[in-house]
Amino acid sequence: MTLRQLAAPPTSTGTGAVLSCRGLRKSYDGRLAVDGVSFDIGKGETYGLLGPNGAGKTTVISMVVGILPPDAGDIRVAGLPMTLRALAAKSRIGYVPQEIAVYPDLTGRENLRLFARLYGLRAAAARARAEEVLEVVGLSGRAGDRAGTYSGGMQRRLNIGAGLLHRPDLLILDEPTVGVDPQSRNAILDDVTALSGRGVAVLYTTHYMEEAHRLCDRVGIIDAGRLVAQGTQRELTALVGQCDRVRLGATGDLASAGEALERLGSVRGIAVGADGIELLDTDARTALPAILAAVSGAGATVRSVTLEEPDLEAVFLHLTGRSLRD
Amino acid sequence: MRAVLILAGKDLRLRLRDRSAVLIAVVIPFTLALIFATVFGGNETPRPFAYAVTDLDRGPVAAAFVDVLDRLAERDIVTVRRVADPAEAAELADGGTIDAAFVLPAGIGTDGTAAIEVIGNVNAPTAADVARSLAAAFVDDLTSVRVAAVAAAGEPHDPRRIAALAERAARFTPPVSVVDVSAQRRILDTRTWFAAAMAVFFLFFTVQFGVSSLIEERAGGTLGRLLAMPVPPGAVLTAKLLTSVLFGASSLAVLIVATTAFMGASWGAPLAVAALAGAAVLAATGVTAVVASLARTAEQAGSWQAVLAMLLGMLGGVFFPIERVPALKALSWATPHGWFLGGLGELAGGGSLREVLPAVAAMCGFAAVTGAVAVVRLRKAVRP
Repeated sequence: MTLRQLAAPPTSTGTGAVLSCRGLRKSYDGRLAVDGVSFDIGKGETYGLLGPNGAGKTTVISMVVGILPPDAGDIRVAGLPMTLRALAAKSRIGYVPQEIAVYPDLTGRENLRLFARLYGLRAAAARARAEEVLEVVGLSGRAGDRAGTYSGGMQRRLNIGAGLLHRPDLLILDEPTVGVDPQSRNAILDDVTALSGRGVAVLYTTHYMEEAHRLCDRVGIIDAGRLVAQGTQRELTALVGQCDRVRLGATGDLASAGEALERLGSVRGIAVGADGIELLDTDARTALPAILAAVSGAGATVRSVTLEEPDLEAVFLHLTGRSLRD
Repeated sequence: MRAVLILAGKDLRLRLRDRSAVLIAVVIPFTLALIFATVFGGNETPRPFAYAVTDLDRGPVAAAFVDVLDRLAERDIVTVRRVADPAEAAELADGGTIDAAFVLPAGIGTDGTAAIEVIGNVNAPTAADVARSLAAAFVDDLTSVRVAAVAAAGEPHDPRRIAALAERAARFTPPVSVVDVSAQRRILDTRTWFAAAMAVFFLFFTVQFGVSSLIEERAGGTLGRLLAMPVPPGAVLTAKLLTSVLFGASSLAVLIVATTAFMGASWGAPLAVAALAGAAVLAATGVTAVVASLARTAEQAGSWQAVLAMLLGMLGGVFFPIERVPALKALSWATPHGWFLGGLGELAGGGSLREVLPAVAAMCGFAAVTGAVAVVRLRKAVRP
C-alpha cells in the first residue's frame, strides 16, 4: 500500500460505519485548522487520531461532537447527520473532553446522575446507571465525596465515566490521559480496551505513540490540520520500509549537525529537537559510524544513541519530517 | 423544558452549597437592615408632639387658637395640656416634659402688638418648629380676618367684631383643603425603608450567581460537555436565567418575611409587594446578564457587576432617603432601585396593586430591554 492510498479518504461511507467524516474543513481567522479530513469508524473499532499538539485533533473532535460547525464537510453518526442541534445524533455519542469537565462542588455520584438525566435517563434509571459506572471507573468508594477533592487520576476517571452513562455507540476521548499518573493511565487504557471489546466504536486522540500503539485498530496521522496517512499500524509502519529509527541525545550546534546528516545518502527523515536529533536510516547499523562522525564534525557532542525498529513515531517522522514531541 | 429544569436544579443546588452566596443573598442584607434601622431610629414608635398652652387672654381669639390645637389632638397629631402659668410652661419645656409651649398673652387679637409666644424644647427641634409654624399660621389667619373685616365693614378697630369673625373662621370648614399627597405616599417608615433598600441593593449581587456561572462553565469545560449532549443550546442559557430569577426571588421572599417578622417592617399589600419584588428580580437579572455577556471571565463579570450594583444603588437611593436631594431624585427613576422603593412608598401611603403598576411596568421595561440585549449576546457564548 502506498502513502497516497493510505492518506486518501475512503471512497464510501462504509456500510455500518458508526462515524463517518467526509472532507472536514475549518478555519479560524483565515488560518486553516482542519483541511479535508475524512475517516470512518466501524462498530467495535478503535480509531486513533495521532498528532502533535496543535495538529487539529481537538478541532476535529469538536466538529464530530457537534459543538463546532465545520466550514465544509459532512459528519454522520450512525447514519444521522451531525449539526449543532442534532440531538438524536448527539445522544449516540459519549464525549470525554480533554479538560476535566465535571462539577467540583458536586459529588462523583451527583455528577454522574446529573449527566445521566441530561442524556435522557429517568431518575431511577439514572441513579442505577450512575452506580454501575462508578463501579466501572473504580470510584464507588469515593462516590459521596465532592469531585473537587479527588486526585487528578480519579477526576479523569470520573470524566470518562460521564461519557459512558447512556451506553453510547461511539465514545470519543480527547487526550484522556494528559496529566495522569501511570497507574491511572493504565486503568483508563484498560477501560477503553474493554469498551471496544463490547462493540463500542472509539475515537481516541493522543500525542502519545504508545497509547495509539496499544489501543488502536487503525490510526490516522494528523499534522497541520491534514490527515497525512491512515491505516492499521502494520500498514503505516510499512510506509517507513526497512528504516531504523535513530535517536541521538546531543548538545552543541544541533542545527549544523542536522544539515550534515541530511547529506548522508542513507538518511530518509530527520528531526532536530532541543536536546537531540531523531532520524530514519535505511541501514543504521552500518551507517552509525558515519552518522556519529557527521554530528561530531558539525560541532555537536553525542551523549547517547538509541536504535529502534520502525514504529508510529517513525512513521510520523517519515511523513512530516518532524517528531511527535515537537 | 426538562433539560432546563434539570440544569436549573443543579445550579440552585450549587448556589445553596456556596455559603458566600447565601450570605450575600440573605444574611448580610438582613443584618445590615437590622443594624441601620436600630442605629438610625428604626425602633422609635412615632408619637404625637407634646404641647402645653397657657391662655392669659381668655378671650375668643385665644379660644380659637386653643380650639385649633384641640382639633389636632383629636387626630393624635399633638397632645395638649393646659398650664396656667407661663413660667410653669417654660419649666416643662426646659425639662423635656413637653416639646413646646404656647403662651397666649392678654389682649391677643385686640391689641395689635400682642404676639403668641412659643417656648421650644431644645431637644425636640422638629416639634418646636412645627409649633412655631402653627402659631405663625394662626397669626396669618388672624391678619386675613382683620383685612377681610375692614374690607367688609370698614371698621378696622372694632375688636369684638374681629374676635367674633376669628372664632367663626376657626370653626369654619374650609371649602377647599390642601392635602400633601406626595409626602404622604412616599414616606416609608425607617425599618421598612432600610429593609427594602438593603433587599433591592443585594438583589443585584444575588442574581449574578446564576448568569455568571455560564462564564465559569465555559472556562471549566462543562459547557462544552453540555453542548455535546442531547441538550438544546437554548436550554443552557434559559436555565442560567431561570436560576438567577429563582435565587433572586427566593432571597427577596426570605428577606421580606424575615424583616416583617423580626424587624417589624411593613411592606404593604402582599399582592402588590409580590408584583414589585417579581419585577425587581427580572430587572436585576436582565441588568446583570448584560454585564455577564460583556465580560470575558467570571472575575471580570463579578467586578463589573459589583460596580454597577453600587452605582445603581446609590442613584436609586438605597443608601439615603433620596427625597432629601431633589436633583438625585430625578436620576433615581433611571434605576430599578428607585422604582422599587418608589413603589413601596406608594404602598406605605395606603396604595394597592393598582398604584404600583407604573413601578412594576418600569422595572419590567428594564428587564425587557436588558434581557433582550443579554440573550442576543449570550447566545453566542453558548456556541464554542
